[in-house]
Amino acid sequence: MGKVIVVTSGKGGVGKTTSTAALGAALASRGEKVVVVDFDVGLRNLDLVMGAERRVVYDLVNVIQGDAKLPQALIRDKRLDNLFLLPASQTRDKDALTSEGVERVMADLKRYFDWIICDSPAGIERGATLAMRHADMAVVVTNPEVSSVRDSDRIIGLLDSKTLKAENGERMEKYLLLTRYDVNRAERGDMLKVDDVLEILSIPLIGIIPESMDVLRASNIGAPVTLADAKSAPAQAYFDAARRLAGEVLPMTIPGEKRGLFGKIFGRKAA
Amino acid sequence: MTKVLTDARSIRIKGRSFLAVVLSPDLPLDNWLARLDDLAARSAGFFLDRPVVLDISEVSIDKIELKDLLEQLAERNVRIMGIEGARPSMLGPGMPPAMRGGKAASDFEVPEKSEDKSAQESSGQVGVATKQGAKQPETDTDSQLRNEPIKVAEVRPVIQSLVINEPVRSGQSVIFAEGDVTVIGSVASGAEVIAGGSVHVYGAIRGRVMAGSLGNATARIFCRKLEAELVAIDGIYKMAEDMDASLRGQPVQLWLDGDIIMAETLS
Repeated sequence: MGKVIVVTSGKGGVGKTTSTAALGAALASRGEKVVVVDFDVGLRNLDLVMGAERRVVYDLVNVIQGDAKLPQALIRDKRLDNLFLLPASQTRDKDALTSEGVERVMADLKRYFDWIICDSPAGIERGATLAMRHADMAVVVTNPEVSSVRDSDRIIGLLDSKTLKAENGERMEKYLLLTRYDVNRAERGDMLKVDDVLEILSIPLIGIIPESMDVLRASNIGAPVTLADAKSAPAQAYFDAARRLAGEVLPMTIPGEKRGLFGKIFGRKAA
Repeated sequence: MTKVLTDARSIRIKGRSFLAVVLSPDLPLDNWLARLDDLAARSAGFFLDRPVVLDISEVSIDKIELKDLLEQLAERNVRIMGIEGARPSMLGPGMPPAMRGGKAASDFEVPEKSEDKSAQESSGQVGVATKQGAKQPETDTDSQLRNEPIKVAEVRPVIQSLVINEPVRSGQSVIFAEGDVTVIGSVASGAEVIAGGSVHVYGAIRGRVMAGSLGNATARIFCRKLEAELVAIDGIYKMAEDMDASLRGQPVQLWLDGDIIMAETLS
């Protein structure tokens, strides 16, 4: 049976879709069967980041409403044979998702895949609650700034109360993925430090992704950062996070992109 | 037009619980009303001046039947102060408000036919209502309690404290009017804890904490780290900006001295 992971945050623009794609590709490159599912009905983006936007025929809503079979809607990645995408509908709205429908699709996916990674929409409305409802574990994506941390705290509260696991009295596994971390800005006090975020959210950390141009570059060419440039700092951090998700124990490194003196001066000028 | 507030004192809003008689009718209603008449005949004025709550959670009646029942009760001088267990759609303007969150207390013993007249007379003013009784002298109530056939049919153990083993997250609120609340973890920004007694937080308070919410001026607030948005004790509150900056981030206890919230760091 596969594991269902929801990638969620509450706040928008913190890197849920990027992280979904990167973690999905990282887990798939370990040889496991992975599907990434876009729950952001009406504002889908995962297909773009996966580079599959021209290959979408059927989507999650079609499958839920019975207009298409699950295998018809699944899109196989061109780079990795065991990585699939289940896209969201761009023309429908979130009311097209039903709890029973999502449950059925998740149960089907669990039989074929090792990992089902659900990209949650921002917010705490229907789309987000349905994305988390059937999950076995959650990756809470947070930026090191106060509004993102508070929204993540709210989402953790919902994960502990509104999911099937919580309603059955079980504990939902929740992991923190800190994204867009800039060690220099954290040192200067412009950003919250890792320890501050961990103290407020008090859930285990599975990775710190550095703020990097590599992420943007990868999105623009339509590839998960872990496939576009596997040697880059954010890709390495995502690979480590994926290994921790799979149960490995690794020492946590706070990524500091070591910039030389010239780079520092240049970087500050540009900022 | 804008009103200028000349009095800077804040309004004190408190909760308070009273004891009320709960009537739980059963079907058919005619039959039940007949039995009620029988009771009223035995002890005149049993419901007089007594707060009565109508519990209709066990009977399935519609809005019209409920209205009719209320009229029937009004004819019998039974004044209903609230209705428990009604759907919101059943209650309209001019009807008593919905009540919820009631807690069981000892049952009222209804006077029997065989009782002598004196007992019947005094039973008309059995004053067990906690605050209602304040109108009468204390001793009066005491003597009635001794003489009257009020039996404690069911004594439930009173829960005095609530322990929460995880952080209280943003958007969550913990409301516990019965006593103390202990949180093993932090109270996040945007979360709130409201307790009838004291509040102990083994972590940081970043949200709101209200202690002594039912009018308990001796309640206190304790925390490992004070970064609260708002703290209140017995309706007196203090915002983050009113707090002494030296307390920020410190382990602190807060208590009430008259109308002023006092605070000191815990060493």
